[in-house]
Amino acid sequence: MNVNKARNFNSGTVFILPAVLLLALVFVAPLIWFFIQALKGIGSPADIASYAWTIVTSKAVTTALLTTNWISALVTLLVLVISYPLAYYLANTRDLRFTLVLFCIVVPYFTSIIVRTYSWMVLLGRNGIINNALLQIGLINEPLALLYTKTGVLIGMVYVLLPYMVLTLFATMKAIDPSLMRAARGLGAGSIYAFTRIYFPLSVHGVISGSLIVFILAIGFFITPALMGGPSDVMIAMLVERSVEIMFDWSGAAVMSLLLLAATMILYGIYYRVTDVRRMMGA
Amino acid sequence: MISAPVSRGLSVYVTVACLVLMLPIVIVLILAFGHQGYLKFPPDSYSLRWFAAFFGDPRWQRALWSSVLIASIACVLATTLGFFAAYAFVRGDLRAKKLLLSFMLLPIIIPHVITAIAMYFLSGPLKLVGNVFWIGLCHATIALPIVLLILLSSLQGVDVNLERAALSLGSSRFGVFTKVVIPLAFPGILSSALFAFLASFDELIISLFLAGVRSETLPVRIWNSLHLQVEPVIAAVSAFLIGVTGVVLLLDALIRQARSARLATRAAR
Repeated sequence: MNVNKARNFNSGTVFILPAVLLLALVFVAPLIWFFIQALKGIGSPADIASYAWTIVTSKAVTTALLTTNWISALVTLLVLVISYPLAYYLANTRDLRFTLVLFCIVVPYFTSIIVRTYSWMVLLGRNGIINNALLQIGLINEPLALLYTKTGVLIGMVYVLLPYMVLTLFATMKAIDPSLMRAARGLGAGSIYAFTRIYFPLSVHGVISGSLIVFILAIGFFITPALMGGPSDVMIAMLVERSVEIMFDWSGAAVMSLLLLAATMILYGIYYRVTDVRRMMGA
Repeated sequence: MISAPVSRGLSVYVTVACLVLMLPIVIVLILAFGHQGYLKFPPDSYSLRWFAAFFGDPRWQRALWSSVLIASIACVLATTLGFFAAYAFVRGDLRAKKLLLSFMLLPIIIPHVITAIAMYFLSGPLKLVGNVFWIGLCHATIALPIVLLILLSSLQGVDVNLERAALSLGSSRFGVFTKVVIPLAFPGILSSALFAFLASFDELIISLFLAGVRSETLPVRIWNSLHLQVEPVIAAVSAFLIGVTGVVLLLDALIRQARSARLATRAAR
């Protein structure tokens, strides 16, 4: 009887309840309460709809949405291109080299985002380290505008999001049987042919999951664009923060938040379909 | 597997990429030890002046204390609740496991700005702004997914037969927990606690809204001073945060090593 109890352990619900309660009370309830109260403040459902429409079609929001999508897409693409060879190297190396490369990816990954952003601000500033170095060796005559521009935002965001992609790709590539490539080569395939026909298709799954998670995190990004971007690089999350922090406009913040939340949930739904959520953070 | 020139090119690329990845971290560490009153690289002379300024300033001390307190609360809560939840996922008869898990991972998926504003909206009327226990509770929601992910993989390594054996030999469910499951999963629990602490310690956005003036954390103070002017003391505070990350990663590596050594001796027996 006892042996059976160990296998058919029915108190699963009891064990998971405290964690679910924490999330329900401290995470879900405030979200629902916020949306209901902030929207109720506008008036009748018709008022809400017309107000939401004015917000969503306003110049500030449409521009921010465009900027958000553009920056996020570009960041995802850059992160993918930079990460792919890194992950490939990690998946095909062992011992000291593996440990060293992994170290260089994991240390930034677990460093506070505000610290990582600060260090790029120091590097990219007008009198920053990179500009000073370039001036000194005479490559440029006057400082480059790097910080407070779109370039700055891109560099900062790529740096912060890169580890998610590398670790996701690595998990997929680690599962690719190396003998398949050897077989292809042995049968006369050139290395480019073998890569494009065998290796890349097998890694596509990781490419999709990695791109999804990076894009999802990018569209909700706040700290890095807020500190490193210029006046024209306002992303939607920054607009949400400003409407609360500066204008105390809860209704506007709620409408924009719902928009961002909907986009996030749709993408997370796709992510849920295509990958094993347990692998999310490269765990 | 790939031709020699491609392989050499890849090695060069990986080396350069790793240097760029470590560059910002290393630069901050060096700047923190600079002596002059403005950021200059490389520093003309080195000293612990900015660390002294950091640890000597009561405002920074208070921020450090708030950070530690909040992170400890979040860590204990998230690790305890996360452990039981992970155990239920691995051993329990739960329906719709995948859906439930993806719900529990939501706090790291939903943009923190939205979560933070919603929590702030509720905190105002309830007079919870600046309350460290409340901030710790809020941080626990974002630390919980991290604990879950770590413990899911670690509990999968605990042999269910050991639990069955203990039960059939007359141990109670509680005894199985304290004498079998927790000792076997202990390295994973410790690791997850470390990363839960770090997740809260480094969190900025929720703290930014909830901390008020009373309970500013280190990241919040860094944020505020980055908006005003870049003081050199920020480099020292950043170096301190990097140091905390380093300690967590080092301890985690030691825990992993101890675990694999233990597995190796057991296999040898």
